[in-house]
Amino acid sequence: MRQPKFGISLLVAAGALSLAGCGEEKKPEPAKTQAQAPAVPTIEIKIGHVAPLTGGIAHLGKDNENGARLAIDQANAAKIMIGGKLAHFELLAEDDQADPKVATTVAQKLVDAKVAGVDGHLNSGTTIPASAIYHQAGIPMITGSATNPMLTEQGFDNVFRVVGRDDQQGPAIASYLAATDKPKVVAVIDDATAYGQGLADEVAKTLKAAGIKVLAREKGTDKTTDWKAVLTKIKGEKPDAVFYGGMDATGGPLIKQGKELGLDAVYAFGDGACTDKMAELAGQAAEGMLCSQAGIPPQAASRSFLDAYKAKFNTDPILYAPFTYDAANLLIEAMREAGSADPAKYLPALHKISYMGATGRIEFDAKGDRKDAEITIFSMKNGKIAPIAVVKSGKTMTYDEFLKGMGGAK
Amino acid sequence: MVLPFAVTQIGTAWVRVTNLALLYIMLALGLNIVVGFAGLLDLGYIAFYGVGAYTYALLASPQFGLHLPFWVILPIGAAIAALFGVLLGAPTLKLRGDYLAIVTLGFGEIIRIFLNNLAQPVNITNGPQGVYRIDPFRIDGLNFATNQKILGLEFSGPIKYYYLLIVFVAVIIGLNLRLQNSRIGRAWEAIREDEIAARAMGINTTNLKLLAYAMGATFGGLAGGVFAAIQEFVSPESFVLVESILVVSMVVLGGMGNIWGVVLGAVLLSFVPEILRFSVAPVQQALFGRMLIEPEVIRMLLFGFAMVLVMLFRPAGLLPSAVRKRELTERT
Amino acid sequence: MDIFLQQVVNGLTLGAVYAIVALGYTMVYGIIQLINFAHGEVVMIGAMVALSVINLLADAGLPPLVVVLTGAACAIPVCMVVAYAMERLAYRPLRRAPRLAPLITAIGVSIILQHLAMLVWSRNVLAFPQIIDMRVYTVAGAVITNVQIAILASCVALMAALAWLVYRTRLGTAMRATAQNPQVAGLMGIDANRVIATTFLIGAALAAIAGVMVGTYYGVAQYTMGSILGLKAFSAAVLGGIGNIPGAMLGGVLLGVVEALGAGYIGNLTDLCSYPVISGWIGARCAGGGHFVLFGSNYQDVFAFAVLILVLVLRPSGLLGERVGDRA
Repeated sequence: MRQPKFGISLLVAAGALSLAGCGEEKKPEPAKTQAQAPAVPTIEIKIGHVAPLTGGIAHLGKDNENGARLAIDQANAAKIMIGGKLAHFELLAEDDQADPKVATTVAQKLVDAKVAGVDGHLNSGTTIPASAIYHQAGIPMITGSATNPMLTEQGFDNVFRVVGRDDQQGPAIASYLAATDKPKVVAVIDDATAYGQGLADEVAKTLKAAGIKVLAREKGTDKTTDWKAVLTKIKGEKPDAVFYGGMDATGGPLIKQGKELGLDAVYAFGDGACTDKMAELAGQAAEGMLCSQAGIPPQAASRSFLDAYKAKFNTDPILYAPFTYDAANLLIEAMREAGSADPAKYLPALHKISYMGATGRIEFDAKGDRKDAEITIFSMKNGKIAPIAVVKSGKTMTYDEFLKGMGGAK
Repeated sequence: MVLPFAVTQIGTAWVRVTNLALLYIMLALGLNIVVGFAGLLDLGYIAFYGVGAYTYALLASPQFGLHLPFWVILPIGAAIAALFGVLLGAPTLKLRGDYLAIVTLGFGEIIRIFLNNLAQPVNITNGPQGVYRIDPFRIDGLNFATNQKILGLEFSGPIKYYYLLIVFVAVIIGLNLRLQNSRIGRAWEAIREDEIAARAMGINTTNLKLLAYAMGATFGGLAGGVFAAIQEFVSPESFVLVESILVVSMVVLGGMGNIWGVVLGAVLLSFVPEILRFSVAPVQQALFGRMLIEPEVIRMLLFGFAMVLVMLFRPAGLLPSAVRKRELTERT
Repeated sequence: MDIFLQQVVNGLTLGAVYAIVALGYTMVYGIIQLINFAHGEVVMIGAMVALSVINLLADAGLPPLVVVLTGAACAIPVCMVVAYAMERLAYRPLRRAPRLAPLITAIGVSIILQHLAMLVWSRNVLAFPQIIDMRVYTVAGAVITNVQIAILASCVALMAALAWLVYRTRLGTAMRATAQNPQVAGLMGIDANRVIATTFLIGAALAAIAGVMVGTYYGVAQYTMGSILGLKAFSAAVLGGIGNIPGAMLGGVLLGVVEALGAGYIGNLTDLCSYPVISGWIGARCAGGGHFVLFGSNYQDVFAFAVLILVLVLRPSGLLGERVGDRA
């Protein structure tokens, strides 16, 4: 692929053609810190964050953004020096509306703004088309929540992910289900979205490989609230377990109606429905459900992160905030190690990084995926999801064992 | 002609926005044939855009391993879209007004649901995952996806698409102007005004209505093909009902039946939201210290109010066509 | 068999909700030939208002049924105000305009209501408070809950009340007269505007009740919930014959049952592996209990639209409609 250089040469070309607009170039922002510390030269570094801030999963988008914002604020407070200059970071938080078309426009906007790195996007469906634009511009991007394997299989050297992939998460929850509940027949349902279907496919594949009978796939949509017809049909085939690939907004009604219909089975979900909201939506019916999250649970993130998040936003992180927090910190750390905020210079440092983040130690493999990404299995207890096991490099350990291990690592 | 370079000064993102606006102009002009000329309200128009986009995607991506050149695929996509236009038109010939609107809406949704589900039992569209790594346009050494130096000037991908789209839009506008004053255009107008009278005057209403659907769909399919190439990715999410409504509001706002009005409507409704996105957040931050109403919400409210207020106070649109104006204001 | 019965119960409950929403469409259409696109949003607002009220009263120690009814009682006037404002501001000025104009304002109003509701109630999926204790009864192998029974019963009661209103009262006579010919009705001393506004108010009250039903039944509410429900209910109204009140009821119930049975059985019916002749061809996919399903439950939402298109194309007047579909 062609190397960028893009913005500068384009500006030159543009200047040659249209005489106007030379004065429009951005003046360096008047650094506010200058007055206090006149002696130290400062450097302005922009970091982009993209997630849907509007639409059905905007609460998750805001959560992601909060994670990134916390990292940026802490970095500013810590007065980090990069290449001998006092770094001041600015977060450019953008909304991609979970729409691929908007995502590419927003990505281009961040490239235009000359961000040094991007923390995002949230959805796989937006991250993949956007990644091509960041790649063109040579800007590193780290996603804290896009789990579709395709993202890092494109062969882009600037794309990283700090969270587990669907083809790690699906097998993890499926093999946990197979090992602990030993079902003979499993019904797999999804919401016909890229995320839900992708995850459900991985689960079905793993279950079949384990010799378990998987019923013909049933589907709803990401707006379905009436699951009764589908569940009634499934009930006729007497499954021992039901897996749903989809979000909590639709998963809540699903488990509630399943229990109502007397479909007694183990209900299992992926990370989209691995939230306390399930209990809020389904009440008592959600009790005992299994679910998985890529990575470690927010409450297992480092104490310092949780306290800082709570103090700043007056709420607890919902899902992926620790990961976007780590993603932003990774960008900053790589810049610090390389002594430069120039993407071309700090990108190699990012590939080699070994960083202890809020979600544990982070290193990247050749594709940009996190090495030994954990998948955590949760169960609903008294209206809250509680971690019960962690799957790491194909091994399952109980949550307590895992916490001991984390303690040891620190 | 220097516009894209000037716009690049503000940011290449704006060239992309401009390209999307040009696509919307193509769509709005296509829909205008159906709604503005022939008077058939189509609320599922985006389906033709989707058909065109998927045709391009499937014939120029690793999905089936086909990599046909774009000048082969675009006509195929437009033809398939036209076929779908006739498919929609044929059974609904007898319907008029709001019944037709609802049927077309249903048609649009059905197409989207099929695109979303045709991954099983045989994988055709790759379902909700969408089709990735679609080929950009290529003419010999000219690759629309990358930056290239041509005659000493640096052309980015979006700028090359911009010129291509300008040509397409110009051709479509030209065609529309010709159509409007042709026998066909006048026949459509007659059907719109009074179908029974038109038939009595010897107009073959069946064929002409089908032709309107087919022509409208053709432009939609063409725009879809270009869209797929620019994005290099298509998924069913891009062809939802809101998009159809957006194109309708462009036509309505600008002035149904008036080509320049429709262009104006498309330009306004594609740029204003983007300007909002760039301006609303900072303004609110400055005034209130935090974001009270998000740009996206303002954008949607704006669409809603535009549709209501235009119909109440300027029913023929911002730039009304002469006939429409008479029809909408003088009728008692 | 118990599976079939269960699907019918599912479908009937869903259909009862469709029917009540469809009534709002059909009454307005019957009287001014307007597809009130924003009707689905009125249902949503009903659900949202009720949700807020129920949340407020949740800790007051009142009996759950009283709380839910209070929620509905607050939702009804709010929905009426919304519907009246909508009619007065967006539809009435266009009474004499060409048919496309009010249809387009209706779409605009729908977008506006949705996003205003989003500003008030946030964009999140909200949990509709589940304060009524769920009781489950088993009848001949099929499961039915007390909420479902309440929905079916109130649906029947509402329809009876509406039928009485339309066919046995002066107001109803005025409504039917205006629907047949507004000019002549006006000459007979009927204030058409008042009758039309009243029709909107009745539709809004029904919508509010439907909103509370949907919320209680599914336990969720979101600002987008109205649009798909509205479309389905509209399809139901068309199926029964738009403008025809018994038709809306029949259409709603039928559509609900068709959706449930469709989603329940289409997968098996179109599984080519269950047909011995064809399964030979597909061989590998069918071997060992595999499936080759052409259409599964993923096409559930297609049914409503397919029914809509088929009815409009084959029998535009609907099942019970007396009116002809061909109008400019």
